[in-house]
Amino acid sequence: MSQLVEKKCEENLCTAETTRNGATYTPRFDIVENDDGLVLLGDMPGVAPEDLEVRFENEHLIVHGKVAPRHEGRELVFGEYGVGDYYREFRVSEAVDADKIAAELKSGVLTLRLPKAEAIKPKRIEVKSD
Amino acid sequence: MFATRWQPFNDVWSEMGRFYDEMNRAFDRMGYRDRLGRFAPTFPAVDLWQDDDNFHVEAELPGVALEDLEIHVSGENQLSLKGTRKVPEIEEGTWHRRERSYGEFARILSLPQPVDADKVQATIRHGVLTITLPKAAAAKPRRIEVKID
Repeated sequence: MSQLVEKKCEENLCTAETTRNGATYTPRFDIVENDDGLVLLGDMPGVAPEDLEVRFENEHLIVHGKVAPRHEGRELVFGEYGVGDYYREFRVSEAVDADKIAAELKSGVLTLRLPKAEAIKPKRIEVKSD
Repeated sequence: MFATRWQPFNDVWSEMGRFYDEMNRAFDRMGYRDRLGRFAPTFPAVDLWQDDDNFHVEAELPGVALEDLEIHVSGENQLSLKGTRKVPEIEEGTWHRRERSYGEFARILSLPQPVDADKVQATIRHGVLTITLPKAAAAKPRRIEVKID
């Protein structure tokens, strides 16, 4: 089984301090592992594909989405949630093929596919009988 | 299901009202438990914005299409929002994390002022739903000209 260790976050924030004012949120993720690799699904509403950055380095997968302000010239009457950037980092100790990582952002849902390196894919061994 | 009543933030009266509001929201956020004792927070969270002509109700609904939503306006200022967030189709595997939630949701919101129900528009962009509700003519702010003689 692969181990995905999430960096410990305090108060739901786990990013270096930004130079720009504004909140940063930790997006929610689903993670599924199958024989081919890992599939990560993350909720990042408000992020346009061109404002999303996905990096994989030193076994760390970093997802950073910037959210453009949407309510200029309007007054907030009542708020139940805040709007801000998204940041999340996973340590992926599974051997993945970094060149083949695919990312797709559709209606605010990020789908990341991390294929396993060929060497560690489970192989079915044919059993011969004579 | 909770009906949410908006209280204006900057009402002169609202120091006390705001306190109740905060409390209600705190309880709202804690959610209630369903019959099986499972935690059921209010979903989706909603922000209400306004300008001179419109209210803008916004909710974060990633992965939800407009056709999965039912939006109704009734009784001048009641907005109801119903919909389903479908479980994604993922090939079989072992789930390591399951932080996102799926299923049906419904909310009823009372807007602070009457709106023009015929001209309500809804759009979804990058998983954010925005419902624009034009204020009824009587509810719009009017600028009073001050004459000097």
